[in-house]
Amino acid sequence: MTAATIFQSLASGLLMGLLYGLIAVGLALIFGLMDVVNFAHGEFLMIAMYATFFLFAYLALDPLLAAPLVAAALLVFGAIVYLLIVRFAVRAKANAGMVQIFSTFGLAIVMRGLAQFFFTPDYRSVTHSWLGGKTVSIAGIFLPVPQLAGALVSIAAFAGLYFFINRTDFGRALEATREDAGAVALVGIDKNKVFALGWGLGAALVGLAGAVMAMFFYIYPDVGASFALIAYVTVALGGFGSVFGAFAGGILVGLVEASTALILPPSLKSVGIYAVYLLVVFIRPRGLFGSI
Amino acid sequence: MDKTFARRRRRDLITALGLAVIAALVPLFVSDVYVQNIMVLTLMYAALSQSWNILSGYCGQISLGHALYFGLGAYTTALLFTKFGVLPWFGMIAGGLISAGIAMALGYPCFRLRGHYFVIATIVIAETALLLFQNWDWAGAALGIDIPVRHDSWLTFQFTRSKLPYFYFALALAAVAWLVTFWLEDSKWSYWWRAVRDNPEAAESLGVVVFNSKMGAAAVSAFLTAVGGSFYAQFVSYIDPESVMGFQFSLLMALPAVVGGIGTLWGPVLGAVILIPLTELTRSYIGGSGRGVDLIVYGTLIVLISLARPQGLVGLFAPGRKGTAR
Repeated sequence: MTAATIFQSLASGLLMGLLYGLIAVGLALIFGLMDVVNFAHGEFLMIAMYATFFLFAYLALDPLLAAPLVAAALLVFGAIVYLLIVRFAVRAKANAGMVQIFSTFGLAIVMRGLAQFFFTPDYRSVTHSWLGGKTVSIAGIFLPVPQLAGALVSIAAFAGLYFFINRTDFGRALEATREDAGAVALVGIDKNKVFALGWGLGAALVGLAGAVMAMFFYIYPDVGASFALIAYVTVALGGFGSVFGAFAGGILVGLVEASTALILPPSLKSVGIYAVYLLVVFIRPRGLFGSI
Repeated sequence: MDKTFARRRRRDLITALGLAVIAALVPLFVSDVYVQNIMVLTLMYAALSQSWNILSGYCGQISLGHALYFGLGAYTTALLFTKFGVLPWFGMIAGGLISAGIAMALGYPCFRLRGHYFVIATIVIAETALLLFQNWDWAGAALGIDIPVRHDSWLTFQFTRSKLPYFYFALALAAVAWLVTFWLEDSKWSYWWRAVRDNPEAAESLGVVVFNSKMGAAAVSAFLTAVGGSFYAQFVSYIDPESVMGFQFSLLMALPAVVGGIGTLWGPVLGAVILIPLTELTRSYIGGSGRGVDLIVYGTLIVLISLARPQGLVGLFAPGRKGTAR
């Protein structure tokens, strides 16, 4: 193992990590807003990838151009999921935690079933895109361009989100609702509208991630499941509810995964992520940046 | 002990006895192997969900990683039998003890975690074990273990000609899991667990040893789950990591209790009786096309039940009687 291979893997790990952060941030946002974990988050990613694929297959739209459209579609979808399912789940008087887990998990199963029904279990891929298959070399390290673009999209999205939360009215309403949902009702903010938009925003962010991932990942009905667990670990590592935590958690997960793959057989690369998660929460039960 | 509680317990016991007798007689009238297979699975999941319910329902520590104990039970029995010729009956006990030990070893750090941090830790630990077993060559790695079938006998717990012995064992297993829960409901443990689940700080200040009571729940729950796993290995006579330790098992164990009524005595049984036949039937009649209709039906049902009856379906059958879970 030379220094060059180590740098090479860490660089790819960093790119993948930024993408993990983007996949996870919607989850963190929704949790921060209303203490709900969306167990269909992976399936949101899955339909975003399919949407990108079909825009490519039927309209020959490049994933980069499709990304804003997919994000917009997911925004609507996320809001609908809130209004149709989650709104009722959070009202449950018994077993609140379980109801959240299993209503969104049931949704995940339905979405997977629908994807199999309409799209078949076949593996799809975006066969050619502007960036697909290209690499650039920076200081002797080769980076695949689609992943690099994904990382840049992720950084831009986090910057945009930061601006949005801190500088816009809706962002302030979001912050206020997460602080005290009861009090905002008194100043005339409709809690349901804020929650619906929060779900829309969370879904739009994972939509963006899905569009980018479609450039270099196979697309199939179960694709969300493998990324969902990484997203949960990312969010929990960063600390539930912390948007910045998801960013940091994503980078950490990407780097740990890449380093594990250097030491252990590639099939065990996730073990490193899981071990770091356990280590972190055993020492800090609130994750790295989570508040109490 | 107040009178209504005592009367309720007597009624529960009589109902259980009646149901067990009816269940034991059913195979005399049902000779269809396919239906018998569904009955075995229903009883097995009733037992598994009942075990899961002890830790996650009564004690409130939601585990989505019970596939770990199921898989450990299956692997312990299969490895002891194929590598050392140890009879499955001993393997079953060994698997249960190993799982209970591991549950307590894992509980030591994990029970400090709250809420979603705990749930994710349980998933992550089970997934890690899955990956390790997939890469463990001595235990057959991803290919798993084929348990050689010698001849039909209770000694080796193998039956190729008839499913009935498996049926009666599964019935016994479900009965034992139910009886353990029944006994626990009237023990000091049940009161400790309720306190731990509903308000751990208050429980601690009143002298409930929160940590030990969680450990107790984990050990009992893991032991019973592992016995279920041992049984499953004998029943299917072929195991691989994904098919006994996959995440879907953790969910399949939890769902009957969730649907029936979490933290209740009858919830897991009711949930299993509804869910398992439904899953198997939709899978064979409409899922066979591989087009996911079974998933759509199943998922919709879970969403609807969890939204419409968060306390589970059990309340529909016994009006006026509330589950102990919140």
